[in-house]
Amino acid sequence: MRNKSVIGWLLAAPLSLVLLVFLVAPIVMIVVVSFWGATEWSIYPAFLFDNYEFLLTSDVTYRVFLNTFKYAFITWVFTLLIGFTVAYYLAFHIRTLTWQIALFLLCTIPFLTSNIIRMISWIPFLGRNGIANSTLISMGVIDEPLEWLLFSDFSVILAFVHLYTLFMVVPIFNTMMRIDKSLIEAAADAGATGWQTLWHVIIPLTKPGIMIGTIFVVALVMGDFITVRFMSGSQSANMGRLIQNDIALLQYPSASATAVILLVTVLILIGTLLRFVDIRKEL
Amino acid sequence: MEPRPKSFYFLSAFFVLFLVFLYGPTLTIGILSFQGPGGGLTFPMRGVSLHWFRDLFEQQAVGDIWGSFSRSLVLGLMVMVTTVVVSVMGGLAFRKRFAGSTVLFYLIITSLVIPSILISLGVGLIWSQSGLPVHWSSSGFGAQLTWTLPFGLLIMFAVFNRFDRSYEEAARDLGASPWQVIRHVVLPIIAPSLIGVALFGFTLSYDEFARTLLTSGSYNTLPLEIFGMTTNVTTPVLFALGTLTTVFSLLVIGIFLLVVWLLNHRRARQGSDAGKGMV
Repeated sequence: MRNKSVIGWLLAAPLSLVLLVFLVAPIVMIVVVSFWGATEWSIYPAFLFDNYEFLLTSDVTYRVFLNTFKYAFITWVFTLLIGFTVAYYLAFHIRTLTWQIALFLLCTIPFLTSNIIRMISWIPFLGRNGIANSTLISMGVIDEPLEWLLFSDFSVILAFVHLYTLFMVVPIFNTMMRIDKSLIEAAADAGATGWQTLWHVIIPLTKPGIMIGTIFVVALVMGDFITVRFMSGSQSANMGRLIQNDIALLQYPSASATAVILLVTVLILIGTLLRFVDIRKEL
Repeated sequence: MEPRPKSFYFLSAFFVLFLVFLYGPTLTIGILSFQGPGGGLTFPMRGVSLHWFRDLFEQQAVGDIWGSFSRSLVLGLMVMVTTVVVSVMGGLAFRKRFAGSTVLFYLIITSLVIPSILISLGVGLIWSQSGLPVHWSSSGFGAQLTWTLPFGLLIMFAVFNRFDRSYEEAARDLGASPWQVIRHVVLPIIAPSLIGVALFGFTLSYDEFARTLLTSGSYNTLPLEIFGMTTNVTTPVLFALGTLTTVFSLLVIGIFLLVVWLLNHRRARQGSDAGKGMV
């Protein structure tokens, strides 16, 4: 037994080393620095609660905190609905494996290209004189260009859904492909309608995939700062934006305190979700 | 074959719309990057030209994009190789329980869900406070690994979940040493999946922004350079650059898919059953 553990440790050593230096140590460092003090141009070691006190007594923090959850929730709803539908179509309506793989790859490819470029690519579409506005005007739906298409909550959530729906499609598709097709035939034989089969057989069996997708989407949206900054034109904020702002002002202790609160929130949320799914078993 | 239900046509339409949603914007900037010299950031097209692509080769118009491209390329290859090697070793380790494996597993999950800016901030702080030079090939390299390794390991977990162990037992019964089992049985069977891990390692690194933000030092990687451009460049040269890097990403993906296809093809031709050891 002891010998087996040694081989396991040796194989896991590089992984552990990377995670120790670039994950654990940075988290420890952030927690430590969150108690430090700062002047306008430097930071100094101390043990102060000022950063937390300032954060927790400011209205802005709570508004931004709420906004972070709002983005996460709305994005989750849309990615789930779209992701589930796409995965369901691929898993149950496409009949040959070759086509399933081909269409699945088609969905996956954008994920492997640059997020920033994918955000930039909404500009010609959503801008004041963009495709959406000029189409709507020429169709006579509106007289004036809509101002809220770009640089608004709408465009932020649109970009999130655009970037992250794939993280729902992949795990849900993976779980659906493992569903025994005879269960669906059995449901049909027992007289279930399509909707009943969907609701009582497929959705319950797909829950692990939905959970994994949810974990991805929630973590990505709550930790984001660049999409919110770019797509809202710096007009909206989430926790990540607060951190980034402080960093830009060299206020690292205050940034660290916000980071600690964000990290604790995300870990509690993900920890709760993990109770409903055994990730290793579902892969 | 039984006839398609009505829902099939409805869902097909939905799927097509989804693809338009996914690819439409990227195709739009692809078209707009051929905008004439007097054209702006949206339609109408004022002529068709390669003007903006030419601009990419002029230093003063766009800054150091070719330098940042070569840095991103080298960094991507470094991250790719490391991700494959470390993920395979980690995947092999996790096939048996070892003391501390549960903790390590939760660290991997944490690495996946932790907001990227925290890695950037934490690594940046450690480097600056200990006086180490912040550089894309040291701090930036490690910061990116915290993003690519979890994906590599999740793929390895999925692979080993489906791995048929009787092949290994057969090799052991024939007297193969543990190393020979890995080298001649396990690795050939999992090879196609390793190409997937390599593809993720490279593209995730090549496109990574947040984790490199505070860890790359004074020399930018390409995503950082592009983001810098978004704040001060208001001409279609931005779209030209976007089109070029997207084409590059597509080429990389194409090459990886081709390699997988060739591997499978060669196996089928030689009648080898390696790679079939998945259940």
